[in-house]
Amino acid sequence: MAKFLPLSAGVEEVVRDSDKVAFEGFTHLIPYAAGHETVRQSRKDLTLVRMTPDLLYDQLIGMGAARKIVFSWGGNPGVGSLHRFRDAYEHGWPQPLEIEEHSHAAMANAYEAGAAGLPFAVLRGYRGAELPRVNPTIKSVTCPYTGEVLATVPAMQLDSAVIHAQKADRAGNVMLDGIIGVQKEAVLAAKRSLVTVEEIVDDLGPRSLNACVLPHWTITAISLVPGGAHPSYAQGLYKRDNAFYEVWDEIARDRDGFKAWMDANVLQKGPEAFAIHARKSSTGRVA
Amino acid sequence: MNTSAKPVWTPTEMMTIVAARALKSSDVCFVGIGAPSAACNLARLTHAPDITLIYESGTIATKPNVLPLSIGDGELCETALSTVSVPEMFRYWLQGGRITVGFLGGAQIDRFANLNTTFVGGTYAKPKVRLPGGGGAPEIATSCHEVFIIMAQGKRSFVDKLDFVTSLGHGDGKGSRERLGVTTKGPTRVITDLCLMEPDPGTKELTVVAMHPGVTRDQVVDSTGWDLKFAARLADATPPTPLELSVLRDLHARTRAAIEAQQQKGGEA
Repeated sequence: MAKFLPLSAGVEEVVRDSDKVAFEGFTHLIPYAAGHETVRQSRKDLTLVRMTPDLLYDQLIGMGAARKIVFSWGGNPGVGSLHRFRDAYEHGWPQPLEIEEHSHAAMANAYEAGAAGLPFAVLRGYRGAELPRVNPTIKSVTCPYTGEVLATVPAMQLDSAVIHAQKADRAGNVMLDGIIGVQKEAVLAAKRSLVTVEEIVDDLGPRSLNACVLPHWTITAISLVPGGAHPSYAQGLYKRDNAFYEVWDEIARDRDGFKAWMDANVLQKGPEAFAIHARKSSTGRVA
Repeated sequence: MNTSAKPVWTPTEMMTIVAARALKSSDVCFVGIGAPSAACNLARLTHAPDITLIYESGTIATKPNVLPLSIGDGELCETALSTVSVPEMFRYWLQGGRITVGFLGGAQIDRFANLNTTFVGGTYAKPKVRLPGGGGAPEIATSCHEVFIIMAQGKRSFVDKLDFVTSLGHGDGKGSRERLGVTTKGPTRVITDLCLMEPDPGTKELTVVAMHPGVTRDQVVDSTGWDLKFAARLADATPPTPLELSVLRDLHARTRAAIEAQQQKGGEA
């Protein structure tokens, strides 16, 4: 049964030191506000999991929250490198960062296997690619029916998953709309989950009969954070702040500039700072 | 038309246009961000109106009015026929063999069109420059019916030996893909800002088959880190048509205008 909690209490309950945790979102609905709260609460030794770690993981890594990252594409989309990720991996600042690297197909399959309660995922993948040489978790299995050799990766089994969604109803059922990535799988593959939402409504309202809805009993905690995905976006409410993704390249380039930005915009702020982005919604509705 | 004006285009425009020409209306295309996205949408807006564009974020048959900065911009979802989850995208649509053309680029390419997007210099554990990694590429390279590669040509990117094989091209030559159990064609075209290369049917080594208008053989050789082969007879280079150039430039102009409009809105908030 999902509990409605303020963001600080939600993060405290769900994301713990040394967790294997995914803050998922494939470009869309990235839970920035929850990630920032995790920084404010000084979480340590996290294993950060995400297919496309972008600025949020750059921020968590640069602030020393992560021991390890599991990923399949680590960049600033359309812009370039993640400078804090690179600094940690290449130079050990602010602390050494271990990596476990996969392809998108393998990670998507691993999440699905985690949600399905299977021990591993199987795919026709990695053929001729060099990642299996440097990532010992990538193995293979022979199909008992055809003899075909297929790649395997361990199922994604998470301590915690954090996602952002457009809305929850008062019972705690959560609806996601648009590019849904692997968020459903991440929640179902985790022991604990936190969902930040743009609004809490009496009823989820008119929707497709096949809408992506996570029932309340699959979720640990829900926190209302309008605008909480910025600079990512919430389909139908506010657009991706592409300009900020470009500006981040400058902010994150050097350690001092990064720390100053994090101090002013994360450590000295709270989740209410995100509301300014929610007000840009096309419908004007903020819970 | 002003007959005194010499047609002028940039090498990047030429690269994008040559890539677009290779696409057909019947293609189902897995699109990456940047040059592939520009080429695929140029094809859709000119000679291939029915082409199906798929972005790995899950958007199927999308028709963006402006070019996305990321693989999952809202524009892609809003203009798509349908949007599926990322596991479904990779399992049913890519691995299921539904994609005819995959578009890839990279930091490094070798003579057999293998690609590196993982790191440059040093070792995997201690890289000089760590790059974003493979993303969808390792399976795009083996699951799409064929692969087009688009990247700017230079000695640092067209190298004799890759620092890391992120995704398979033709391995170490003819027969490599088959030995690995891969049944798709792999890279059939490499489109650069200087020329068009295709794998030699006998050896699978990349061979220049056409040079862009105004480009010399020396320029191409000097921009390649191996002893590059040229076809005995090079195809005629067709310059960009006024239509191709105007549609491509309009697309970029609309994209810039959309970003600026958003920046102004942000400033007012």
